[in-house]
Amino acid sequence: MAKHHVTTTINGESVEFLCDTRQTLLDVLRDELELTGSKEGCASGDCGACSVLVDGRLVCSCLVLGVEAEGKSIETIEGMAKGDKLHPLQQKFLEHAALQCGICTPGFLVAAKALLDSNPNPTETEVRYWLAGNLCRCTGYDKIIRAVLDAAAEMRGETHG
Amino acid sequence: MYEFAYHRPASLAEAKTKHGGDDDRRYLAGGMTLLPTLKHRLARPTDLVDLARIGELAGISVAGNTVSIGAMTKHAAVAASAEVAKAIPALAHLASLIGDRQVRNRGTIGGSVANNDPAADYPAALLGLGATVHTDKRSIAADDFFQGMFATALEPGELITKISFPVPQKAAYQKFPNPASRYAMVGVFVAVTGGGPRVAVTGAGANGVFRVTAMEEALKGGWSADRLKGIAVPADGLNSDIHASAEYRAHLIGVMARRAVAAAG
Amino acid sequence: MGEMAAEPAAGQFGIGQSVRRIEDPRLLKGQGRFIDDVNRPGQCHAWFVRSPHGHARIQGIDAAGARAMPGVLAVFTGADLAAEGLGGMPTKAAVKNRDGSAMKTLPRHALARDVVRHVGDTVAMVVAETREQARDAAETLAGAVDYEILPAVTTIADATAPGAPQLFAEAPGNVAFDWMQGDAAAVARAFAAAHHVARRTTVHNRLVVAAMEPRGGLGEYDTATDRYTLTTPTQGLTEVHKMVADYGLGVPAAQLRVVTTDVGGGFGMKNYAYPDQLLLPWAARKLGRPVKWYAERADSFMCDAQARDHETTVEIALDKDGRFLAIRTVWLANLGAYLTQSGPFIPTLGGPRLVTGTYAVPAAVCESKGIVTNTVFIDAYRGAGKPEAIYALECAVDQAARELDMDPAELRLRNLVRPEQMPWRMGSGQVIDCGNFPKNLDLALQAADYAALPARKAASRAAGKLRGFGLSSYCDPSGFRDGRVRIAFDPSGSVQLFLTAQTNGQGHETTFAQILHQRLGVPFAKIRVVQGDSDAVGFGSGTGGSRSVTVAGVGILRCAEEIEAKGKAIAAKLLEAAEGDIVFSPGTGRFDIAGTDRGLSIMEVAKASFAWDNVPDGQSLGLDASFHNVQRRPNWPNGCHAAEVEIDPDTGTPALLNFIAVNDFGVVVNPMLLEAQVVGGIAQGIGQAMVEDCRYDPETGQLVTGSFMDYCVPRATDMPPIAWVAHEVPTATNPLGVKGCGEAGCSGSLAAIMNAVNDALAQVGAGPVEMPARAETIWKALASARYLKP
Repeated sequence: MAKHHVTTTINGESVEFLCDTRQTLLDVLRDELELTGSKEGCASGDCGACSVLVDGRLVCSCLVLGVEAEGKSIETIEGMAKGDKLHPLQQKFLEHAALQCGICTPGFLVAAKALLDSNPNPTETEVRYWLAGNLCRCTGYDKIIRAVLDAAAEMRGETHG
Repeated sequence: MYEFAYHRPASLAEAKTKHGGDDDRRYLAGGMTLLPTLKHRLARPTDLVDLARIGELAGISVAGNTVSIGAMTKHAAVAASAEVAKAIPALAHLASLIGDRQVRNRGTIGGSVANNDPAADYPAALLGLGATVHTDKRSIAADDFFQGMFATALEPGELITKISFPVPQKAAYQKFPNPASRYAMVGVFVAVTGGGPRVAVTGAGANGVFRVTAMEEALKGGWSADRLKGIAVPADGLNSDIHASAEYRAHLIGVMARRAVAAAG
Repeated sequence: MGEMAAEPAAGQFGIGQSVRRIEDPRLLKGQGRFIDDVNRPGQCHAWFVRSPHGHARIQGIDAAGARAMPGVLAVFTGADLAAEGLGGMPTKAAVKNRDGSAMKTLPRHALARDVVRHVGDTVAMVVAETREQARDAAETLAGAVDYEILPAVTTIADATAPGAPQLFAEAPGNVAFDWMQGDAAAVARAFAAAHHVARRTTVHNRLVVAAMEPRGGLGEYDTATDRYTLTTPTQGLTEVHKMVADYGLGVPAAQLRVVTTDVGGGFGMKNYAYPDQLLLPWAARKLGRPVKWYAERADSFMCDAQARDHETTVEIALDKDGRFLAIRTVWLANLGAYLTQSGPFIPTLGGPRLVTGTYAVPAAVCESKGIVTNTVFIDAYRGAGKPEAIYALECAVDQAARELDMDPAELRLRNLVRPEQMPWRMGSGQVIDCGNFPKNLDLALQAADYAALPARKAASRAAGKLRGFGLSSYCDPSGFRDGRVRIAFDPSGSVQLFLTAQTNGQGHETTFAQILHQRLGVPFAKIRVVQGDSDAVGFGSGTGGSRSVTVAGVGILRCAEEIEAKGKAIAAKLLEAAEGDIVFSPGTGRFDIAGTDRGLSIMEVAKASFAWDNVPDGQSLGLDASFHNVQRRPNWPNGCHAAEVEIDPDTGTPALLNFIAVNDFGVVVNPMLLEAQVVGGIAQGIGQAMVEDCRYDPETGQLVTGSFMDYCVPRATDMPPIAWVAHEVPTATNPLGVKGCGEAGCSGSLAAIMNAVNDALAQVGAGPVEMPARAETIWKALASARYLKP
């Protein structure tokens, strides 16, 4: 079957790719564009390891077709750090040891970024509910929640890392 | 997934043409059910007709005593809508409880209603408020629309364009979620509309969403949770699965209904 | 106190410091390299045909249709492996029956030969150009397997009932082994003399491990060197290496290289070999191409080892003062369809050593039966018998307290091993060297404000709720078995630390660098930890049994001793001093002439060690050492966990209000990472106690909870606040003074939560209920106690 030509913006850069209709956005990112930071944990939208932002909205890239990305702006984990300069969320995850095996971590970071983009001052309960679509088997979530709250405070300028 | 052709119509008319009433062709709304189904190879459509770029299917508007929500409106948009929150706060609340953030950012009201999953939240709101489902062909009252598990009044190729909800005097939704899936194990939507009290239950019925007329009758005598005490919904006809027995679901209907009535004030 | 603990901390990177993880920057930037990220040019893709039946005989497989499909390169079945005498997967656990006979070996094959014994049992392998093509062909092939469906059994009760379907001719009655340990006669005497006997049977629910990374592998074969490479996530290469070389390939181990890159969670489940790991390198040779496989989540549910699934009856004989005289434990273990490499270990050597837990009980006996059923095989999962044992015992202690109308805290206090009784020899023969169990309990009660509990309970009742409080005193033998360490300096001024321990989230790159930094004064930034390449790290046990910090940590110390001695000789030569006059300061990493300021840093000595002239005759050039460390005695992390729950009687919903964890891990290398490990373990305990439940259809053996939509893994919204109280007593069983921390969270948490739930229920005459504490389960218990309002 003929491949579709798709034009997108990924992490701020214009990107074109060819994809089969069966390829999800996650497949395209990983297999066609070598952006392997987004992970396949369940392939059915239940675990959040493949979380990306599409036009600023948090979605599971395993449940978006590659062809649906036409004209969209995509943000992935690869766009979070600026070179060696970690995003405040990444920095706080590091300081709080908010990751263990690390496979769910890109999804959590992208999800947390989406939260802080829309709500710079979330309560702990709001953080927990926002991140309820991301599963982690290692941490028990506690340090993740602390890291997100701490990053939010820093981004508001209330603390100095 | 099996192979399929993909279409991205820009208008309702084009979408209709691409689908052509062919049962092997499927509309793609939010894809939160359809895409996992395809990935698990449980369906084999020849074509997907993506509705995402059809402007006339999206958007929320309030006119007079009616809230209209375009079929492609995302759950997150309903949950965050100031207009919905003002007119029918219970509806915004219900939308905020669906799935998780990632699901709410993709899933659509039209897709949810057309799918009529017996544990989905929206069917309870439609039935509980006496909403109207508007399609490209006609308008269907919620009471006539839901026809059993995953079954609706939609004809092949018929497309939901919007849902219109009457603004109720009061309403509330109480949900007991399945801890794994976050679908409703039991969800009860109660409302007082021009037609009187309505009580709709999702998650529990073996044939999908249903109304509890005994509770509605009781509430006609006054809006009080106490009036629902002692009204038992028979376990016969309710779902029994690993998550909850029919007996427990029957019990939860009573609890959630009383809580919803109390929450509606 | 261990020898290291007495030394000063070596600055911000030494032992005792919460050093940030070296591995994190790459993981945070999405640059982790997990198996799905490892691919080769020219690779083809495997997909497996799994049994759709719980129990069936394979009458025939017609592979012609699948072979003819687009892109298909090969189809392999059990017959192909059998023809080469390959594909067996024997258990390595040697358990003796109570009559002294050896446990029967039950057949297990990488690809089923004639009978499939669980849904998901591996039937055939399809290899094709793309993953989708392999999957297409596997789907066709799945329809071309002719099965004679056999009756299935999934539960212990059904499998052991008269007339039950039999899984193996070698295991009559589906009993794989019948094991016993302890002094039955002494126990019988104690029970005969007892004032009271409390009895409680607990059901330890079956779990799906659900590491967030599905399993996978990449098999390669190099014709030029006649060598295989298997890249696959493990918790240590050796177990997989031996099984794949011996049974998958039939080659000497040196002909196989096993590589593990980043691992997305293991929890015991990735410790041992799986059928796919045998098949991928084997197929790579046949096809002359790399063969890749990455599981889908459904595979993980059906084909990864599952966990727990025990029924345990504990009887406690008490005297009139509530003192424990003896404990009798009868343990029934559902081991699933096959005996895995370590499955039989769990209900024999793993759990029963703990049947008396933290209590000073004079006599104990444990009987244990391993039962086979048509369910996914059971293997180690975070504790591997230890949480099962502590849970059963601690629930029985609460049962005794209820029956005797005693305060469960007071009953525990009367029976806990006291510090002055250490070292304590348990009835199982295990020796606990140290710990202060009564103090742990006291700290937990203080943190919980136990004195005010009655008032809190009354407040809950007034609000229409039921509040309960639960305790669990635990110990968790850890850190024994072996592991290999090598330290190698290089002439450029860096040092590599090779470990057979294998991180799967623990942070080894950081923790072990801290120990090396502290012991030899090597600059922290110059240390590189190497794991996951059998060519580099050699043979030795990996990470499991909460052993790594003990086994590898002590291994580092042993290597360091040798390096220090070598370094002294070289420094003496360079400084033109007598070797006996050289003193080494671990804190600064300097070799100095005693009483002078003349000396060399270890990095200077290391660089010099590669020059012929600097090394004494007969001694190896360079500065390196290796040590394959064996810890024959475990250490004993211990503690007391407490939980408080509030039940909504209208729905039965339990809310976990708070959780208190008092723990003793001896000397702590990295407090931040230790807390992370233990809280993670507690979270898995909370998951098991509250929501996780793997279920099968008892008639057909179908796995009912086959996805995250039906199997509940706890989310961020499900976790309570956890209060952390450290009460460290360093152990002398190893020179670091450390105790293992990986599994303690599971061992301690389960009973605390369930004792709290059942305490709440007992107030109204309901319960006890079993895990998981689902709302409906609690509601039914309240209903049968006639507590519920109409």
